[in-house]
Amino acid sequence: MSKIAITSEGPELDDLVDPRFGRAAGFVIVDLEDMSSSYIDNGQTQVLAQGAGIQAAQLVAGAKVDCVLSGFVGPKAFQALSAVKIKVVQNLDEGMTVRQAVDKFKAGVLQYAEGPNRGAGR
Amino acid sequence: MREIVVVSGKGGTGKTSLTGAFAHLAENSVVCDLDVDAPDLHLLLRPQTVHTEEFFSGYVAQIDSGLCTGCGLCASMCKYEAVRVAQDTFSVDPLRCEGCKVCVAFCPEGAILFPQKHCGEWYISSTRFGPLVHANLFPGEANSGRLVMVLKQQARQLAKARGKELILADGTPGIGCPVISSLSGADLAVAVTEPTPSGRHDLERVADLCGHFQIRLAVIINKFDLNPEEADRIEAFCRSKGHAAIARLPHDPVVTKAMVEGLVVTELPEGDFSKEVRQTWRKIEELSVRGKK
Amino acid sequence: MIVAIASGKGGTGKTTVAASLTRVWERPLVAVDLDVEAPNLHLFLRPEIEESGPAWIETPVVDESKCTHCLACSALCQFKAISVMGSVVLAFSEMCHGCGGCIAICPEKAISAGKRELGEISRGYAGNTEFLMGCLRIGEAMSPPLMRQVKSRMKNIIEASGRDAIIDAPPGVSCPAVNAVMDSDVIVLVTEPTPFGLHDFKLAWEAFSPFGKPMGVVINRAGVGDREVYSFCAEKGIPVLAEAPYERAAAEGYARGRVIADLSPEFRNIFVSLHSKIFELAAGTLHKEAAHA
Repeated sequence: MSKIAITSEGPELDDLVDPRFGRAAGFVIVDLEDMSSSYIDNGQTQVLAQGAGIQAAQLVAGAKVDCVLSGFVGPKAFQALSAVKIKVVQNLDEGMTVRQAVDKFKAGVLQYAEGPNRGAGR
Repeated sequence: MREIVVVSGKGGTGKTSLTGAFAHLAENSVVCDLDVDAPDLHLLLRPQTVHTEEFFSGYVAQIDSGLCTGCGLCASMCKYEAVRVAQDTFSVDPLRCEGCKVCVAFCPEGAILFPQKHCGEWYISSTRFGPLVHANLFPGEANSGRLVMVLKQQARQLAKARGKELILADGTPGIGCPVISSLSGADLAVAVTEPTPSGRHDLERVADLCGHFQIRLAVIINKFDLNPEEADRIEAFCRSKGHAAIARLPHDPVVTKAMVEGLVVTELPEGDFSKEVRQTWRKIEELSVRGKK
Repeated sequence: MIVAIASGKGGTGKTTVAASLTRVWERPLVAVDLDVEAPNLHLFLRPEIEESGPAWIETPVVDESKCTHCLACSALCQFKAISVMGSVVLAFSEMCHGCGGCIAICPEKAISAGKRELGEISRGYAGNTEFLMGCLRIGEAMSPPLMRQVKSRMKNIIEASGRDAIIDAPPGVSCPAVNAVMDSDVIVLVTEPTPFGLHDFKLAWEAFSPFGKPMGVVINRAGVGDREVYSFCAEKGIPVLAEAPYERAAAEGYARGRVIADLSPEFRNIFVSLHSKIFELAAGTLHKEAAHA
């Protein structure tokens, strides 16, 4: 596994994890090999009346990540991510930075989700 | 943080009047008017707006008559009968346009524009009971589901920033998209109903919806004295479905009296009705703490 | 003639007025409940339902063997109801607005029409009055598609039988409410003389005025609240077609599922007079003096 996406309130590793997936401010993409990072802004998704989770799934799939770390992933986003075999880690603690989430992931203390952890449209 | 949403299947059951009183009784809360189709809570809370933002949602098709050759393809493809023809000029009725983009994509002349729709405004205000997040949707606009979502997010951010531990929301009547959005993320839904055939019928529907989304439901039977036997039946329904019937409130003109003065009922000199409202609020607080996931 | 009974605020007595008008209507009539989220008219008219069946919306079904993942459908869909993820096409039926765009645009003809249930449409008779209603499925977010189908059934009935129609419209001023009144000939707004009633009545009046249809108001529960609604009507020249006084007996009768026009000759006369004023309003012969009853 080399690349992961973390839902984030901003572009830096020290920004806070955004607990939302579809309506996250953006995604920090981290290459686990060298810890280099890039940022995908999710602003365009915010104006969607519906389907933000699916749109966000398309964005992170385009970045060729293997796994997404977030707080809450809805059923449609989960289905879309599963379709391209992107794994999901959810229920990240509130107030955690992107860097802390990545460290936890690397330490192997986070578990992959079996299914969505909230209803649609939140 | 806890979220309590006051709903009613049917309008006019006293939902907003009670929410206003609860806003008065709640300590350390952010109040949120999610009834964006017909917001009334501000009439009781008389907010001072501190922040206004435009709300855009979706798109609407517009035919450029200079480029249109009148081939009629858009009209034949539109499932919403939104394309109108008058004196050989084609135009899109924005009230019927669903914003699906089919006409834009298929117009052979590229004559159809697709601008974003300005649907309303939302506000953060201060009131004598604390901050209020509310909105004004322009008449005829849809998509209030997403506006509801924006308001909830704002309320949550505000609560976080100001250390408020409760969000109290006046929900939307009905069972469609805005109600579904209102209920999402709630720790407790409080349904205000009345002992009428419509009241019970609509309560059953909103209760089904809460069941569908696994949200705990407390039920207040307002104006119960209009038909005490029907109130009994509503309580029996609640028992059979595991909903908490927490109060029977009488029909009392004091509610309208408070409204006319721009006050909530618990601000008037203490009477029997206010006492019962206070008791009801205590029960709601208790249930919302217990309902917390 | 199609008469829409609407109100900015729920619970002002819209269904009461629709049911009572139905009782006193002289010409052949179809009564239509377009308040599909919370249909209640049947609870008062108690029609014998002759036929009832599901209503559907067309949603995409993809033949994966034909799909080349060209993204045309996913780029067009404004509702994210069809999405291509790598080499997988995902169709989310419940998000589809039924525009048919994906089916039309697919170069491989890989998409065909499936369906999602919107709710149920029922038709029957209450005495001589034909009755039609839509009832939204619990969990279904979109009411306009179901309303469009009920309206099209209504048009068929009107064309086949020459009946007048009374529409019980959804409350509020957003998309569903506008959808319900836009094709009517006369709009009757029901309000109550309270600050909430006035506020929502103003919104409705502003929302529906652009249609340029004759519009009048029924003031229900006259005697409660204040006189502000009357001042507003006088100022804007909106005719007050009827006033139904607040009486405990009426509230209790309603709570027991009675049609108010059936309660007493006095109540019946209110609606007989409303009936003739509606015809005068439609014909443009309503006298100004009569307008301010």
